[in-house]
Amino acid sequence: MFDTLTPAEIEALRLSLKVAAVSVLASLPLGFGLAWLLARFDFPGKALLDAFIHLPLVLPPVVIGYFLLVLFGRRGPIGAWLEHAFGLVFAFRWTGAALACALMGLPLMVRAIRQSLEAIDRRLESAAATLGAGRWAVLASITIPLSLPGILTGMLLSFARSLGEFGATITFVSNIPGETQTLPLAIYSFTQVPGGDAQAMRLCLLSVILSLAALVLSEVLVRRANRRIVGDAH
Amino acid sequence: MRIEIGLEKKLGAFTLKAAFSGEAAITALFGRSGCGKSSILNLVAGLLRPERGRIAIGDRVLFDSASGIDVPAEKRRIGYVFQDGLLLPHLSVRQNLLYGRFFTQPAERWADVGRIVALLDLAPLLERRPHRLSGGEKQRVAIGRALLASPRLLLMDEPLASLDASRRGEILFYIERLRDEVGVPILYVSHEIEEVVRLAGHLVLLSDGAVAASGPLHELMSRIELRHLIGRHEGGAVIEAKVLAQDLGNGLARLAFSGGELLVPDVDALIGETLRVRVRARDVSIALSEPRDVSLLNCFRCRIAEIGAEPGASVDVRLDIAGTPLLARITRHSAERLRLAPGKEVWAMVKAVSLDRHSVGYT
Repeated sequence: MFDTLTPAEIEALRLSLKVAAVSVLASLPLGFGLAWLLARFDFPGKALLDAFIHLPLVLPPVVIGYFLLVLFGRRGPIGAWLEHAFGLVFAFRWTGAALACALMGLPLMVRAIRQSLEAIDRRLESAAATLGAGRWAVLASITIPLSLPGILTGMLLSFARSLGEFGATITFVSNIPGETQTLPLAIYSFTQVPGGDAQAMRLCLLSVILSLAALVLSEVLVRRANRRIVGDAH
Repeated sequence: MRIEIGLEKKLGAFTLKAAFSGEAAITALFGRSGCGKSSILNLVAGLLRPERGRIAIGDRVLFDSASGIDVPAEKRRIGYVFQDGLLLPHLSVRQNLLYGRFFTQPAERWADVGRIVALLDLAPLLERRPHRLSGGEKQRVAIGRALLASPRLLLMDEPLASLDASRRGEILFYIERLRDEVGVPILYVSHEIEEVVRLAGHLVLLSDGAVAASGPLHELMSRIELRHLIGRHEGGAVIEAKVLAQDLGNGLARLAFSGGELLVPDVDALIGETLRVRVRARDVSIALSEPRDVSLLNCFRCRIAEIGAEPGASVDVRLDIAGTPLLARITRHSAERLRLAPGKEVWAMVKAVSLDRHSVGYT
């Protein structure tokens, strides 16, 4: 079936993968930072920050998309400044789709990383400090390697979420073939035109295969990471 | 190297207030669980911060609240062997061993990898992962890892506590070896007086977050008023003695000390070596006249120096064998019947079999 993919379908697939990959990689440092903050520190407003990060999980995606449009649109306060200062435009671009996906995937990523950070025996970090490792060395040589299973899980969940993201994307960056039309948006478009059913089904199957592949790959990676840490017990 | 420690730290309900100094190869911190032993190690290592105090190793001040010095843990160069090893689970034994070395300035690396690996017999373990090691092997790697960071002081927090009896002997052997061959001062926390007697030259007795006594081990062990801190059953004087003859055809060794000679079974030592023998107070009996026709091998003429004033069915008696103190624990009834009093000349008797290998330390 894949050798008969039309150029438009290939374009949607390519775009979906690009948007998902960029959204995951770009949100990883922020996701890790937030998870670390929540796992390691107590500060005023912690519960509020936690709730705020989780908002995309509970709000209708269209609401997130609308807020993004208001804030990051070309006339929005942040969007206008970004365009002026860095020439960075989100509205109606694939970068905007990546931003929407990153935001929607952030709670999943933060949760997974936070859990694995909380599972680390902090005394290992103390032991590393007595061996001469400073803050950053401890982070790089102990904290990150030991939370790797959580980081991988978080990346995958966010990636899968990005592949399926629809509402926030279409609200924020619209449905522009070749620019913002990812797989779900392309499927939606096919269902809106007479006779598009078969093509929609093909893309749906493609989505299933893609998501399954991502899940299997992540399971393999997480197992491998776990084995490195605790041995063959897992 | 001289260790000087003075600390004050509020820990939950109680305040730790400890000050001691020592120059011995191994200084033992001894006390019941919860008396603050491990907290002292954490404060010295820089993992906890004292409210007030001063920590100095040799001429290097690591903490001084008066002058605002607080060297961070990673810059203190203090090795720490934790109770459960705390090896880094994602690294191999080799990587664990080299971890601290990596962060040590080349000019300050006194510990040689080959030498430490040989000292602790780590060569067969190098490629293994920590979860593939037994408890004793983990502790050996933990000790090696701490040493390879070339520390100025080594902290050991009950390194034998998580091991079974046979592994304990093994690790004790390695600790003695590093004490005698490596020359890095050790601060050793334990609640087993047996380990302390075997290893330490200096003893710091802790009670409720404060130092009850600090001094040379053999001095503190023979003080009656400290008996309750050391433990009713295990306490007793420690005698330093030199091996005169080994295996007299009957498995016994003859040791000489300032007050005479001691016969001890099963001693694994060379002639001329100095041993530290703990004579448990409860294994010492007292007679008014020279005992004859008894199985006891060790009889000493001595003078009663002090009789303990503690209430109860038994009393502690400190005896003086020509300058060497010995503690005896006998019933109050016997003490009264024999009319024991300070200054009285008596005979002290010690069963040789009570001086087993758990009572002997190698200096």
